[in-house]
Amino acid sequence: MINLEIDGCTVQAEPGMTVLDAAQKVGVRIPTLCHLEGLRPYGACRLCTVEIADGGRTTLQASCCYPARQGLVVRTDSPAVLDGRKLLFQLLLARCSDVPAIRKLAADWGVHDTPFAPKGEDCMLCGLCVRACADLMEAQAIAFARRGTSRKVGTPFDFPSEVCLGCGACTYVCPTGRMQMEADTVARFRKRVGTERKCRYMLMGLVSSKLCPNNYECRRCTFDQAMEYRFGTHPAFALAAAKHSVLEPTQTERKRNG
Amino acid sequence: MTSTNAITSVEDLRRLKDEGLQAISPGALKITVGMATCGLACGAEAVFKTVSEEAGKAAPGTIIAKTGCIGYCQVEPILEVSRPGQPSVLYKDLNAEKARELMQAVLGGEVKKEWALCTVDGQAEGRAAASIPGLPRLEDLPFYQKQNRIVLRRCGRIDPDSLAQYVATGGYSLLWQALHGMAPDEIVAQIERSGLRGRGGAGFPTGRKWRLVRQAAGDPKYLICNADEGDPGAYMDRSLLESDPFAVLEGMTVGAHAIGAREGFIYVRDEYPLAIEKLELAVAQARANGLLGENILGTDLCFDVRLIRGGGAFVCGEETALIASVEGRPGEPRQRPPYPAESGLWGKPTCINNVETWANVPWILSTGADAYRRVGTETSTGTKIFSVVGKIENTGLVEVPMGITLREIVYDIGGGIAGGKRFKAVQTGGPSGGCIPEQLLDLPVDYESLTRAGAIMGSGGLIVMDETTCMVDVARYFMDFLKEESCGKCAPCREGIDRALQILDRICRGEGEDQDIETLDSLGKMMKGFALCALGSTAPNPILSTIRYFRDEYDAHIHDKRCPAGVCRELIHFRINPETCIGCGACAKVCPQGAITGKRKKPHTIDEALCVKCGMCFEGCKQDAIQKG
Repeated sequence: MINLEIDGCTVQAEPGMTVLDAAQKVGVRIPTLCHLEGLRPYGACRLCTVEIADGGRTTLQASCCYPARQGLVVRTDSPAVLDGRKLLFQLLLARCSDVPAIRKLAADWGVHDTPFAPKGEDCMLCGLCVRACADLMEAQAIAFARRGTSRKVGTPFDFPSEVCLGCGACTYVCPTGRMQMEADTVARFRKRVGTERKCRYMLMGLVSSKLCPNNYECRRCTFDQAMEYRFGTHPAFALAAAKHSVLEPTQTERKRNG
Repeated sequence: MTSTNAITSVEDLRRLKDEGLQAISPGALKITVGMATCGLACGAEAVFKTVSEEAGKAAPGTIIAKTGCIGYCQVEPILEVSRPGQPSVLYKDLNAEKARELMQAVLGGEVKKEWALCTVDGQAEGRAAASIPGLPRLEDLPFYQKQNRIVLRRCGRIDPDSLAQYVATGGYSLLWQALHGMAPDEIVAQIERSGLRGRGGAGFPTGRKWRLVRQAAGDPKYLICNADEGDPGAYMDRSLLESDPFAVLEGMTVGAHAIGAREGFIYVRDEYPLAIEKLELAVAQARANGLLGENILGTDLCFDVRLIRGGGAFVCGEETALIASVEGRPGEPRQRPPYPAESGLWGKPTCINNVETWANVPWILSTGADAYRRVGTETSTGTKIFSVVGKIENTGLVEVPMGITLREIVYDIGGGIAGGKRFKAVQTGGPSGGCIPEQLLDLPVDYESLTRAGAIMGSGGLIVMDETTCMVDVARYFMDFLKEESCGKCAPCREGIDRALQILDRICRGEGEDQDIETLDSLGKMMKGFALCALGSTAPNPILSTIRYFRDEYDAHIHDKRCPAGVCRELIHFRINPETCIGCGACAKVCPQGAITGKRKKPHTIDEALCVKCGMCFEGCKQDAIQKG
């Protein structure tokens, strides 16, 4: 067991936990945007940055990627953290000026307006969709393209993807509602005929053989509803967890099993 | 498997050495042309061709050779004439015509003094030490006097394509010693004791890094040489690879023995075609001679090197991004820890060092850690290579002991500001560094002092700026550079740089607002702490350092709508002084807009509405009657 201090309280963490995990375990609130349980930490939004004293050096670090180690002294509310976090929220607010989810998250943390000119983008570049597609489905239908301020998420060369299964994991995890891959792919599925009209759960490997009887109107499909009810989350997460459990227990599972 | 030419004994090495010595001092007239990128850019190819033609016509026995960069890039193309029994003479600033004339004199037996730069003492290579009256010796030239060329000692002196010449100048003897009697731990301890710190810019103690990788659990272990040099104005690594590639290979091979690695990678940016060519040739020769590959020098050491060409992303100089790029993924950094020493290339312990760091290794181990410690300061030992560029008399590659002052580099070695202008600032560390003003010129060059001054040591680019440089424009330039080169993964860097650039653009256009400096300052502080990698966290340095030292220029832009250096176009106004204008009409003639009117021999005027601020009139006026400001 690892002992570390978060905001003056001693917290016990297990090996493999991050500072963010440890903080959440004891109910210390830290804002996150690009973090989602079940997906590997990425450290892109930097909203979870905290002050960490590790062996004499005090630095600002993204807590979602920082391993919990014995003797760490973490502060989530130092002036440097609060000031930087506020400015970062303002930058993100200016980027996604019209996205309700971002406005709400910022407002939850006391940031209501931004001094910067709005950009009106609908993508945060948090990378949740890219990670969901690559890590959960191992499809890699979407990825980041370009760099710097031109960075964007898309399919290779912006052509319709041939490897997208239309599973909808990307749409499910997208915090801004920008991801429309699922709808695009399903629209293409609808043009298929006969035995080519495979159920998405068949494409994902969750059922061995099933054709779509509903013209890909999944919301009206009783099978789809049953699957969602069965897993309680997007089936892609359950599928990935199942795959991993064959090999080794994932961090999520270790936590779930105590 | 060992190749047939493999060097397995001291005799083999000695034979190669003799061959190299013969090539260096062939006992006949030898003409050597500096053919590194700096020389080629100045026309060394034409000089080489002329020299070959002339020699072929008059004296076919003459040996024509190529070498790398000797550092004095300002006076390239450089050519060296060496005759048996005499010190060789370096000639500067040549072109095809001068080379022809020079060759005719040389082949006629004359020691031509015109265009001569200096004589070179050839003692180390077994030549005579005597000087030639009327010509200074290389080490007495102001450019070289304060330098201490340890890493660069072979650059411009040997043929970089020749393994024999490298061996003849002491190369690979250290590897022999290391493999026949130096325990890996002893080598790591020596490097630790030498105090060598990473020359890529961050200054992490190299010995400690080696020990971490050596002790890290995991197999195999990898070595990486970071040659993804991308700072504007920096070309230390390029020059070193073009002029002395074997030094880097030897350093890495010794490192492989010390750390326990079997495979190494050299990550070179693709924009360095000549460096890649020289490296490929060096690797091929080293393999053919059993200096890379299986059973190096007949011992159990197996180590090989692969070249990886970078695709042109500046961020790939950051170690985790570089590793991602080597693995075939997009060059994006990831958060440390874990550090590459624990989990690097393909999740294995990886030792990643800069070109200059690797090239330091053979000298340190063969001369001794204590000798290395004696050079430089207590915390920054040894030497550092700088590429001194910008508004300076002597552009070039210099290697100076740590602790030397910036003033000495700029004025004694660099020869001061070009064109007699006033010094304004010196920029170190590229886009991650800062601008150091005149009042700090006596700052000793070491890792700590430069960081305290708001700059960084960086990889060695040193850009000198004079009074005609606008510091707001400099900050804007670097943000513009970084906007393109940030990978865009983390929000503080991507959004922060973009917003800072918008503000700086506004200030340069004369639309700056009172709170802009405060916003820039808080953006900078946030990026320093919140960004994912070193690119983002050092990106605000050019802004913060210029605000710190040149606040008056920002104020002039924001409050007075004036650019004191006369750079920001929107803020320049040209005006004709009616008292000094003689009405010659020269300005009206060159004005592309027809904005200048006036009667002959009467003061002219500029129509501001038509003026595009091209500055042609300002340059064309012989009376200095046109004022800019």
